[in-house]
Amino acid sequence: VIALLRNTWRGLTSMRTALVLLFLLALAALPGALLPQRSLNAQKVDDYVASHGWWGQLLDRLEFYNVYGSVWFSAVYLLLFISLVGCLLPRSLDYAKAARGKPVITPRNLARLPHHHETTVDATPSEVMATAKERLKGWRLQEREEEDGARSISAERGYLRETGNLVFHFAMLGLIIALAIGKMYQYEGQVVVLANGSQFCNSGTLSYDTFRPGLRVDGTDLDPFCVKVDDFTANFLPTGQADYYRADIEYQSGEDLTTNTWRPYKLEVNSPLRTAGDRVYLLSHGYAPVFTVTFPDGKKRTHTTQWRPVNQMTYLSEGATKFDPPGVTDPAQRRQRQLAITGLFAPTAVMQGDLLGSAFPDMRDPAVAIDVLKGDLGNESGRGQSIYEVDQEMVDSGRLKRVARENMRPGDQITLDDGTKISFDGVQRWVYLQVSHDPSQVWVLVFAVLIVLGLGTSLVIKRRRLWVRAVPADGGTVLLLGGLARTDQAGYGEEFGRVTEDLLDELVPEREHADAVTGRET
Amino acid sequence: MDINQTLSSYSDWCYGIAVGAYVVAMLFYLYEQAFGYRRRVAAGKRELVAVGAGGSESVEEPEETVLERDNRAERVGKLAVSLTVFGVMLHVAALALRGLATHRAPWGNMYEFGAVLCLVAVGTWLVVLRKYPVRHLGVWVLLPVVVLMFLGGVLLYTTAAPVQPALQSYWLVIHVFTIASGSGILLVPGVVSILYLLKVRKPAWATRLPAADVLDQVAYRATVRATVFAFPIYTAGVIFGAIWAEESWGRFWGWDPKETVAFVAWVVYAAYLHSRATAGWRGGRAAIINIVGMAAMIFNLFFINLVTAGLHSYAGV
Repeated sequence: VIALLRNTWRGLTSMRTALVLLFLLALAALPGALLPQRSLNAQKVDDYVASHGWWGQLLDRLEFYNVYGSVWFSAVYLLLFISLVGCLLPRSLDYAKAARGKPVITPRNLARLPHHHETTVDATPSEVMATAKERLKGWRLQEREEEDGARSISAERGYLRETGNLVFHFAMLGLIIALAIGKMYQYEGQVVVLANGSQFCNSGTLSYDTFRPGLRVDGTDLDPFCVKVDDFTANFLPTGQADYYRADIEYQSGEDLTTNTWRPYKLEVNSPLRTAGDRVYLLSHGYAPVFTVTFPDGKKRTHTTQWRPVNQMTYLSEGATKFDPPGVTDPAQRRQRQLAITGLFAPTAVMQGDLLGSAFPDMRDPAVAIDVLKGDLGNESGRGQSIYEVDQEMVDSGRLKRVARENMRPGDQITLDDGTKISFDGVQRWVYLQVSHDPSQVWVLVFAVLIVLGLGTSLVIKRRRLWVRAVPADGGTVLLLGGLARTDQAGYGEEFGRVTEDLLDELVPEREHADAVTGRET
Repeated sequence: MDINQTLSSYSDWCYGIAVGAYVVAMLFYLYEQAFGYRRRVAAGKRELVAVGAGGSESVEEPEETVLERDNRAERVGKLAVSLTVFGVMLHVAALALRGLATHRAPWGNMYEFGAVLCLVAVGTWLVVLRKYPVRHLGVWVLLPVVVLMFLGGVLLYTTAAPVQPALQSYWLVIHVFTIASGSGILLVPGVVSILYLLKVRKPAWATRLPAADVLDQVAYRATVRATVFAFPIYTAGVIFGAIWAEESWGRFWGWDPKETVAFVAWVVYAAYLHSRATAGWRGGRAAIINIVGMAAMIFNLFFINLVTAGLHSYAGV
């Protein structure tokens, strides 16, 4: 059993396995780019499944629409994680040993090394050794006495290469762990806020339109802060392309919540608000037409409901503004007299026959084309309903009837048969905000930076060795030099040549420079 | 800030002439390759003659004619390099003028991105050329560049315009340029790897490729060094992208199609670097990995931009 375990471990941690796993990881990640993903667009996934029959369902069962949370993707990266750990442990031990170790003993025959040089100098062996040591400052040195009276220095340099390599790999591990922690404690929510001084407070999941919690987030302990959206400005080029968006907001967090102090902030697309450990983003914007209904008994109700853009270029929007008759307590009565104003809104109206279209995304000439529906909105049916639409079932079953159809400009008013007046007062803007919380993302950044630094170091620095041997000879010393790059020979020849040159300059002052030494590469 | 139409059209002209210069340079490289190759065959024959005849006088004459032709091919080859440099200068001018015309970094859409990528690729090629005797590969390196620039100029051309709010960030300058540089550099080893593989596998139709000895040794080393150089740049580019995404989209990584394929390409190149340390994976197999990496990059540029809809799609392209 132990042998089996050991063999499994060895197999798992070998470089060949790591390579295969890397390829599997690349392969496993790919479907996520080609197939629609639940996390990005659930609607698209449903459409895809519906239109691809059994094949779509099979892919669904095999988690192909949730690739990065799937069993098989997790399996690959967990195996890779183990492989990485298994590779790093022995290497770290080796590294620790090497950090204390001494440069290897001088080879017997330096002439067989890729870079070498031999010459005779007048200086004594100890002078040669001293000069060499001076020149090789910064290298790790080991001087040795050899059997035949010769002396030698082994020098090695470029230990940072392995340091960088280990930093890179450990930073990978750190990054994966930081990502995992992030998945536990992060949350993300989106909410529409009217840009008329409306407020949003991060007090619970119910304040959001959509909310996506991490695995360990139950929504009871969100970072408290409030945001008030005072105004929204958009500027468009004549082509209709957006130039800039800006929401003028005020926010309060921490102490400010108790003292009720608001601090201003200009929220823009590339500049989120960072407060209370959360980030607030400006995702998009839209229009909310303001309608006032004057009921036959004289009571007035004004609603400003966001309508959603159906065309991102022209901001032609659709929506439904819903009214309950005031002062009606009897549910059956109320269900007879509820009102809904649905239809299209155009920021810059163009009429194509009777059809309302929009020519420009900015508010130059706003208009609405509305249907007024009266009857039972179906609020008590128990089904959830979209704020952008009326429940079509109520219309089909005849419980919600159209009582008027009209195109209106701001200030226009219509009167229904029963005396109810509906006026289109104007338009307000809304912004779509996202609140994000990820306590570990700063660590992800730290590890990412370490990854690049480690990678750069390990690829730039070369581990290389150099040996100097001084053999006593008649009236001087035979000086032998040898060099070997441990990883990549390229470029070491020049450095070896420089070292040799400097040594000879030092030892043979009257030496002519004609016979400049260059390290030969073989 | 208005778009300067005059500068923008100057930029387009520079772009066009740069592509033209590259095409002519390609022809010259091709000429050198064709005639340089025949010289080698002739040289081989000459040796045979020399051995067979045993005399020295009969060999001299063919040797001279061979040398003359060799010189002309050599001159044409050097001319090709000069033309490439000329093309690069116009290429730089095209981008600079576009930047001046739009008052922003000239890599805000796919057309401009492709132009930067190709410029870096040709630049890398010139640097490699200074260090390694690989001029005869010029035509093969310029081929994808010319194809990319042609596609960019004809199909993906976008009129000079400001960018939308999401792109108005200094990260556009940093992230897109780093990614374009990384990808551009990686294009060169990718192409050389294809040639290397063809040479090693020796299919019948590939015999006219440059001599194996040069390609095997030099090209392989150039490939490795260029990839090793580009990998940290590309890594940094992806990380810059993540930082920007955190600022702009609300999360640093969200498996957007572009992000996913960038990750896939990164893993493939990481595998390439590891393959060098694994016996039996050097040479041919490493070349295959490099080609797969380049394929992932090109897939990311074209398929992901044009076919799938992700957050990286801006104004259509």
